[in-house]
Amino acid sequence: MIFYSRILALLLLLVMAATSLFIGVADVSLASLLSGDQDTWSITLISRIPRLLAIVLAGAGLSVAGLIMQQVTQNRFASPSTVGTIDCALLGYIIGLVLFSDAGQWTLLGVIFAFAVGGTMLFVKFLQRLQFKNAVLVPLIGIMYGNVVSALTTFLAYRFDLTQSMSAWTTANFASVLQGSYEVLYLAIPVCVLAYFYASQFSAASIGESFAKNIGLNFEKIVFIGVALVAVSSASVVMIVGVIPFLGLIVPNIVSLFMGDNMKTILPWTAYWGMVLVLICDVIGRLVIFPYEMPISLIISIFGGGVFIYLVLRDKANG
Amino acid sequence: MIKLTGLSKKYGKTLVVNDASALFPLGEVTSVIGPNGAGKSTLLSMACRLTESDAGEILIGNKLLAEWDSRELARQLAVLRQSNSINMRFTVRELVSFGRFPHSQGRLNDEDQRIINEAIGHLGITEIQHRYIDELSGGQRQMAFIAMVVAQDTDYVFLDEPLNNLDIKHSVEIMQILRQLAHKMNKAVVIVIHDINFASCYSDHIVAMKKGEVVKAGTVQEVVCKEVMESIYEIPFYIQEIEGQRICLYYNS
Repeated sequence: MIFYSRILALLLLLVMAATSLFIGVADVSLASLLSGDQDTWSITLISRIPRLLAIVLAGAGLSVAGLIMQQVTQNRFASPSTVGTIDCALLGYIIGLVLFSDAGQWTLLGVIFAFAVGGTMLFVKFLQRLQFKNAVLVPLIGIMYGNVVSALTTFLAYRFDLTQSMSAWTTANFASVLQGSYEVLYLAIPVCVLAYFYASQFSAASIGESFAKNIGLNFEKIVFIGVALVAVSSASVVMIVGVIPFLGLIVPNIVSLFMGDNMKTILPWTAYWGMVLVLICDVIGRLVIFPYEMPISLIISIFGGGVFIYLVLRDKANG
Repeated sequence: MIKLTGLSKKYGKTLVVNDASALFPLGEVTSVIGPNGAGKSTLLSMACRLTESDAGEILIGNKLLAEWDSRELARQLAVLRQSNSINMRFTVRELVSFGRFPHSQGRLNDEDQRIINEAIGHLGITEIQHRYIDELSGGQRQMAFIAMVVAQDTDYVFLDEPLNNLDIKHSVEIMQILRQLAHKMNKAVVIVIHDINFASCYSDHIVAMKKGEVVKAGTVQEVVCKEVMESIYEIPFYIQEIEGQRICLYYNS
């Protein structure tokens, strides 16, 4: 049974990946690939495959980031987009562009990362001080916090004439991904591997601080490692693709509905469904107004908003 | 044995625990009793390193608390606090498995699995071991948490109000299990408890606290008597001996 569902899952991923490869304005077909057509091959290698890899890496990275966030904050509604991580990353992006305009992308990534870690830690510390019971308040306060940060970002963008580039990141789009421009996203792989390595510790932290301390863990250290992993993952996605809302929130929650919260078990599935969901949304976005594209953040917002409302109602029913 | 000497704790300007000393010997159940705000939970969480003390000395085994490595200590001392969050969905078995973390760092071997099975069997929750704890009743959930502490297999077991919100059947079962842990497996079991009749019937030692101070510590016979109880709780007490057990009656109209 488990074996078959894994085969099925793999098939679904392969079918979606193939669909993604063969959709686009330029005609790429299996026949022309097999006949060794030069143009077809270069389109595939420079544009289609990088796009596919970017989708897969961003989907897995952001979903796993959301899962880590939910575990270290002990809150179902925490995710990079509801605790201000993404907004702080964007602020870091603008400040990086202003201060180090001619430095390479790794410097920029470092600045974004530093802001994402710092901003998220600030919010997590704030959460730990507030001992309220209502879980829904966390994303509300987080989104407010994010808006305050993003107001600052907008101000800076106006001041330094960067508003145009800003709108490019706030709506995620995989259309601009080309070979040589997306490789930072490979950071998602070490993030997922490290997350798996720390999985039981994150899960222990998700039950509570005294629970984690009782089994000899350093709670503060685990939370910091978690936040750092979340920040790396979100920072790289924001920089290359833009903001993909809701992904880190809905994927881990849907997986945990069916499989519980033991991170060792659900981490691979969270990464998997993150990939598949982003693939599906990206394909839809490319087909709806073909040959034009709709940004993926639009498609995923429609879907994610619905799931989010369902989760809030479900939480109310439980509480 | 755990020995507390002259422990104090201040929150802001209020002294919650004041110069408290107590002894928790192996092989015995020690109950800490007292009215709300007496400092029972604070004393307990200082003794098990969840709260730092402002003054005083905590001796665990033959080493001071500060000298223990936190991993090593987790194999010696287990603590279960009130209000464990149940936001997250874990199965009973997954929860109990966390008890083995200090021993195997998350990679469970056959020995760990055996101990987990034993702990689950011991608490009588084998049938619900694959259910999620957020779907269980309060009593079943508490059984699961206690099974986890049992699986941790430590010499010292601290429980903060383990009977909170439980029905009589679950309360009696839990107290019986705690007694077995102490008497058969030679552990030091320390509980903070509000129901003084449960404390009187199932403990070997009682530590009575009031306003942050240890008023009296000793055997059940020494502590559960009219003068001590009336001075702690400030209401009239009638104490009856029924089949060798001291029962407090304090239901005054």
